[in-house]
Amino acid sequence: MASHVHSEKCKEVFALLSDYLNLELPPEACAEIESHLAGCAPCIEFAESLRKTVELCRHFRPDELREPIGAQAREQLMRAYQKMLAARASAS
Amino acid sequence: MDREAEVELARQLLTGRPEAFDVFVEHFRTKIFQYSWLMCGHREDGEEVAQETLLKVFESFDQLRDPERVRQWVFRIAKNACLMKRRKSVFAPAHELSLEQFLPARNETDGDMKMEIADWSRLPDDQVLESEMKKVLERGIGELPEIYRAVILLRDLEELSTQETAQILDVTEDTVKQRLHRARLALRQTLDEHLRADGHAVAPGATIRGG
Repeated sequence: MASHVHSEKCKEVFALLSDYLNLELPPEACAEIESHLAGCAPCIEFAESLRKTVELCRHFRPDELREPIGAQAREQLMRAYQKMLAARASAS
Repeated sequence: MDREAEVELARQLLTGRPEAFDVFVEHFRTKIFQYSWLMCGHREDGEEVAQETLLKVFESFDQLRDPERVRQWVFRIAKNACLMKRRKSVFAPAHELSLEQFLPARNETDGDMKMEIADWSRLPDDQVLESEMKKVLERGIGELPEIYRAVILLRDLEELSTQETAQILDVTEDTVKQRLHRARLALRQTLDEHLRADGHAVAPGATIRGG
C-alpha cells in the first residue's frame, strides 16, 4: 500500500515537471514538488534528465544555411521594404 | 543576437533606416530557416519558407505595431508559411501523446526499486554540440507529431514565452504547457534510449532501497 501511495505522488510530480522547470508553478506547488524530490532519488534522476533535455534543446542549433542570401533574393526583399515605406509615407 | 537587439533593428527599419536591413535579414533568415526546416522536414522547404516569410515581413512591416513583439510576429508569419508547405509524409494526421507512455518503467528486485533510465550525469548540458547527439536530437524532434514539434521549437529552441507561443499557434497557454511537457518527455525518451544503447547504464541514483 505504501508503495502505491509513493507511486501516485511520483506520477503527480511527473505530470508537473515541465511547469516546475519553467518556474510556472505557484510557490506552494513548487514546495510540494521539492519536498517529494528530496526523498525520491528516482524522481530526482528523472527530473535531472528532463532538465538536461531542455538545456540540450536550448543549445541546439540545427544546420546553418549553406550560403548567404543571393543578390536576387535580397533585391526582392529590399524592393518590398522600400515599397512598404513609400506606401506608408504617401498615406501619412 | 538577443531580443533587445532584434527590437532595436525593427525600430530602425520602421523609422526608415535601411542600414538595419542586412543585419535583420541575415539574423531572421537563419532563425526562420532552422524553424521551418525542422517543421517541414525538408531543407529546400526551409529555405523557401525563410524567403517567403521575409518577403511577407517586409511587405507588411508597417503592420508591426509594437517592435517589442518582432520575434513573435515573424514566427507567426513563418508558421503560416510552413502550413502552406504541408507535405503528407511529415504533417501526418495529428496524434496525441499521452503522459503515461513516457512514465519510465519500474522494476522491483530484492527490495530495491529501479527506475529504468540511463545515467545522464556525465552528459554536459552542451553535449549536443557534438555531432552524434545533435543528430539524435534532430531525429527526435523530427519524429514528434507536428503539434508538439511546433511548441518545442518555439519554446525551447527559440525561447519564446508560453504566452507568445500560444498567440503564434492560436492555442491556449494551457495547451502550450501540456504539449511542451509531452514533447520534452518524448525527446527525453529518445535521448535516454540513445544513451542506454551507447553504454550509459541505468543511473546509480535511480535505485532506492525498499521502494
